[in-house]
Amino acid sequence: MSERAIDLMKPQMQGLLAKHLRFHIVGAFPASLGVAAFCKFAVAKPRKKAYVDFYRNYDSMGDFEEMKKAGIFQNAK
Amino acid sequence: MLGIGKTSGCPVPARKGRRERLCALKLTAASAPSTHSKEKMPPYTNYHAQRSYPMPDEPFCTELNAEQRALKEKEKGSWTQLSHDEKVALYRLQFHETFAEMNRRSNEWKTVMGCVFFFFGFTALMIWWQRIYVFPQKPITLTDEWKAQQLQRILDMKGNPVQGLASRWDYEKKEWKK
Repeated sequence: MSERAIDLMKPQMQGLLAKHLRFHIVGAFPASLGVAAFCKFAVAKPRKKAYVDFYRNYDSMGDFEEMKKAGIFQNAK
Repeated sequence: MLGIGKTSGCPVPARKGRRERLCALKLTAASAPSTHSKEKMPPYTNYHAQRSYPMPDEPFCTELNAEQRALKEKEKGSWTQLSHDEKVALYRLQFHETFAEMNRRSNEWKTVMGCVFFFFGFTALMIWWQRIYVFPQKPITLTDEWKAQQLQRILDMKGNPVQGLASRWDYEKKEWKK
């Protein structure tokens, strides 16, 4: 019980919502941009590249023959 | 600095006990006798301090002794004439606990987490017992043989050949890609 009124700092009494909103709105922009950038470069770009690479030299008829040989088709033996 | 006279009566004062002793004490004397804690009896009202209800209508101490009544009379005048100790005493009459006191930490979380983990373990034992004595046999589709045949069929069909399952299988060497 040694705290006197003079020793304690007065807490912020007004404008708490405004302060909260400002902090979070200003922070939301870089946060969401960062997440979007991360998703683009870590997920979307590699996936598009994987598809391009897969289909560049894709032999669809050869693939079909392999599947036919494996015996999964009912009507193409 | 006396502040509110704290007694040295009980070795480990309970929360309630201290508050009640403070209420019944004279303002300045530190040698007042300690009263044992009374629960929800006069001169104290029934409430516990709550953050969500910071200023109840009823004061904490309702029956005041002579000194306290004199202090309440003095409170009706100019507050600049109250000493610091008197202000604190008035606060203690009005309120059960300060915010700092009511918001203090406790070790309750350890008890809670301990009980949570204990019941996790107990549940695990129950489920283990059930696995042995209650569960029916696995359906045929979950046997290892069937699952292997199923996987082979998916690989033959080249399921998800770009980024998924079949892309991880090496068709020349007939094994998983490293």
